[in-house]
Amino acid sequence: MTNNDAPFMQQPYDVIVIGGGHNGLVCAAYLARAGRRVLVLERRERVGGAAISEEVFPGFKFSVFSYVVSLLRPEIIRDLELPRHGLHILPLESTVTPLPNGDYLAQWSDHDQNRRELARHSLRDAEAYDEFGKLMHQMARAVKPFLAMTPPDPTSLAPGDLMGLARVGSHMRGLGRGQFHALHKLLTMSSADYLDEWFDTEALKATKSASGIIGTFLGPRSPGTAYVLLHHYMGEIDGVFRAWGFAKGGNGSVSAAIAAAAAEHGAQIRTSAPVERVLMENGRATGVVLDNGEEIRAKVVVSAADPRRTFTQLVGPSHLPSDFVAAIERFKFRGSSAKVNLALSELPNFTCIPGTGPHLRGAISISPSVDYLERAYDDAKYGEVSRHPYMDIVIPSMIDPSMAPPGRHVMSIFVQYVPYHVNGGWTDARREALGDSVINTLAQYAPNIRSAILHRQVITPADIERMVGLSEGNIFQGELALQQMFFLRPVPAWAKYKTPIVGLYQCGSGTHPGGGVMGASGRNAALAILRGRK
Amino acid sequence: MLRTTPFHARTSALCISHAWRRWAGYIVASSYELSHEREYHAIRSSAALFDISPLFKYVVKGRDASRLLDRVVTRDVGRVSVGQVLYTTWCDAAGKVLDDGTISRLEERTYRMTSAEPTLRWLEDNATGLDVSIEDVSASLAALAVQGPSSREILQQLADVDLGTLKFFRMTAARLRGIQVSVSRTGYTGDLGYEVWVDAANALPLWDALIETGARYGIVPAGMLALDVARIEAGLMLLDVDYVSARKALNDRQTSSPFELDLAWTVDLKKEFFVGRDVLASEALRDPEWQFVGVEVDWEGLERLYAQVGLAPQLPNAAWRMSVPIYAGDEQAGYATSGGWSPLLKKYIALAHVRSRWAQPGAELEMEVTVEHQRKRAPARIVKKPFFNPERKRA
Repeated sequence: MTNNDAPFMQQPYDVIVIGGGHNGLVCAAYLARAGRRVLVLERRERVGGAAISEEVFPGFKFSVFSYVVSLLRPEIIRDLELPRHGLHILPLESTVTPLPNGDYLAQWSDHDQNRRELARHSLRDAEAYDEFGKLMHQMARAVKPFLAMTPPDPTSLAPGDLMGLARVGSHMRGLGRGQFHALHKLLTMSSADYLDEWFDTEALKATKSASGIIGTFLGPRSPGTAYVLLHHYMGEIDGVFRAWGFAKGGNGSVSAAIAAAAAEHGAQIRTSAPVERVLMENGRATGVVLDNGEEIRAKVVVSAADPRRTFTQLVGPSHLPSDFVAAIERFKFRGSSAKVNLALSELPNFTCIPGTGPHLRGAISISPSVDYLERAYDDAKYGEVSRHPYMDIVIPSMIDPSMAPPGRHVMSIFVQYVPYHVNGGWTDARREALGDSVINTLAQYAPNIRSAILHRQVITPADIERMVGLSEGNIFQGELALQQMFFLRPVPAWAKYKTPIVGLYQCGSGTHPGGGVMGASGRNAALAILRGRK
Repeated sequence: MLRTTPFHARTSALCISHAWRRWAGYIVASSYELSHEREYHAIRSSAALFDISPLFKYVVKGRDASRLLDRVVTRDVGRVSVGQVLYTTWCDAAGKVLDDGTISRLEERTYRMTSAEPTLRWLEDNATGLDVSIEDVSASLAALAVQGPSSREILQQLADVDLGTLKFFRMTAARLRGIQVSVSRTGYTGDLGYEVWVDAANALPLWDALIETGARYGIVPAGMLALDVARIEAGLMLLDVDYVSARKALNDRQTSSPFELDLAWTVDLKKEFFVGRDVLASEALRDPEWQFVGVEVDWEGLERLYAQVGLAPQLPNAAWRMSVPIYAGDEQAGYATSGGWSPLLKKYIALAHVRSRWAQPGAELEMEVTVEHQRKRAPARIVKKPFFNPERKRA
């Protein structure tokens, strides 16, 4: 401990975490686990941020925003003993893409079944699928070490950065020529072009490329989207670990498990405690001021809010270097996705696979062709909601019946592109029009859906921003685009969870590696804070 | 969903064990009876009937058919005469084995190729610019293997051609009780035996004919468990069990060159070009790092290990497929990938990958065995493959 710390000796907290989303909670849990006195302040009445479960309609529970456990880091599951704290990840294994011609394309988890199904569309694709899977597995392995590291700054000559770069360099050399070339392609190509090199079947290319556009304001033909594809395979490395799936009880139970782990390690969590601003004294962060005027002090303040909210609202530009403020203002959010949650009296009956079957236990992807997705993007480019949007649908009650009353169901529909900056702005009428357009699109494939709907919740990017505070409704706290990743996330030279303000850190998805219910940002930030203050 | 083969109506009625396993997305019987023992002995003493329809099969046809196959596989296809069958392997550009199978020259410009893994895309990708058609006949062509000392006699009863003159690794068109088939003198048992290729539509009448006629000779429908014992005795390797296809391998260590699989004899470096040739040509100049060998476990040594815990030697009753360490002193010399008790030879045998310096026949090594939950090492030595090689196979 240095003399600098003396004024804080009498403070009850070492660290205040602003925002009780999953990253804030992960960060708090790791800090508490290391013996720090931690306070988490959450604006809403419950923790979880965008990873929450709510009984929106009586008897029907929804993962209101994020809806699958995608890439929750296995080390976090282990370190925080999340299964002991109630996390139960159920398998979500298949993806079915209904086609306008009445057929469908399914991707099953069983190898033989999957090969048969693909061979129905293309014998070549059935063969290519395994090789593609193998390459992506290798690529995911190549990238994975970077997820758990503080990104080194390639322009810096500091020993830590040089060591980090040396590690990156030696890892890259270890990949061998073939894999390095493939990685370079993945980093630079569009997902459509990349998949064109492998497959013939339109629906397969489209459905795979969809995972390259989720949460971005880019189309499948935009360069850089191939890399985002890779994030999809990241969870698969862990194989039986099954980091990909559906959390029993919805995504709120992920947050609840992390919160329970944090609490067990001694972290205090206060809900309905909105932070108005970061308390600044002598150019450093010394605590926070709540909306009600209450001041709470701590040696370190960590913001799990996104970079815009953190720096322009909680800190204020006057405390920051102007070039930094400018860089934060340039950081792109451009929310592009919406969510429609349905309570259903009966299951959807898909024309392509009538009745109830295993296809309803997996994802249903409305992505019949790359052109379809690109056209959906075309609308959004000019400020309109896609007339025929990409949709990723799951029926959580098929996986976890406790999500709905017996015999009833809940459906989660992720919708893209729904621009935050929609022409004319968001109104109630526009929101309902979006809901109608989603239902109309779905009804083309499952005509009974209209009569099955008991309740409908439509969440626009503007709603996401209003409800959980994600700027412009971007689900990743800032686009996952190459110019905003790794040592550039959120801002060049400030990608190490530190900020220009002494005592203030960031731990949200707006920092490296960001994206998904991953928790890596929260963990990396906690480790950086612990390294910084022994 | 999983498929059934064209013989399923018959095989399912016979499969009283209800023991099925997957093969290339089909289900086939592990054993028909409650134990595979009688099925195994039929291979060596009378005749066994196997449904081998799940094999991948391709018909390669056209002016450049030979050129395509010669481009892909390691052996010289151009030198094969019509009616001849070739066992071969094929590699990726790094000279690592992708798969192995047979090529039959049906006509001057028509070949049939079998493989363990789907190979259409690989053939097509290598056929750019060639005048050749490739047809996947995996589903439309059914196949049975009739294997064992009585197999010739049974087939001869049904055939309209003289099978006595059909040599090892030759094939012929024939009618069996009027059903058009092609018969190749090939198999996966290392015994006298034939494989019969038939249009899927005629599968059931062919099965019935073989069972009816074969009954007098003791023909026994046999499943994969019996086949596994026989193919180990014959020293024949199996993809995904004894080696990993370079297409699936996640790292270089998992791949093997033909030299490392004891398949140097299939690599024809006199050919001007085939995929992987250059790498294999330079590899041919040095000893391979690994060799694929036969291992025989010493009975007395095994008996001693069991005697220490008051037991008689306990032997696997079916062939095993797993990785079992082989030691040379304190060092791990390699690993066995399949093994089991040979009921015929009365020996505990295994197929193993062993580093070259320990791979010469007669080398004394040790193989790990688990005796009453404890890992022990039984003395073992390298022996020549095949373990069993009867004269009738080629006669």
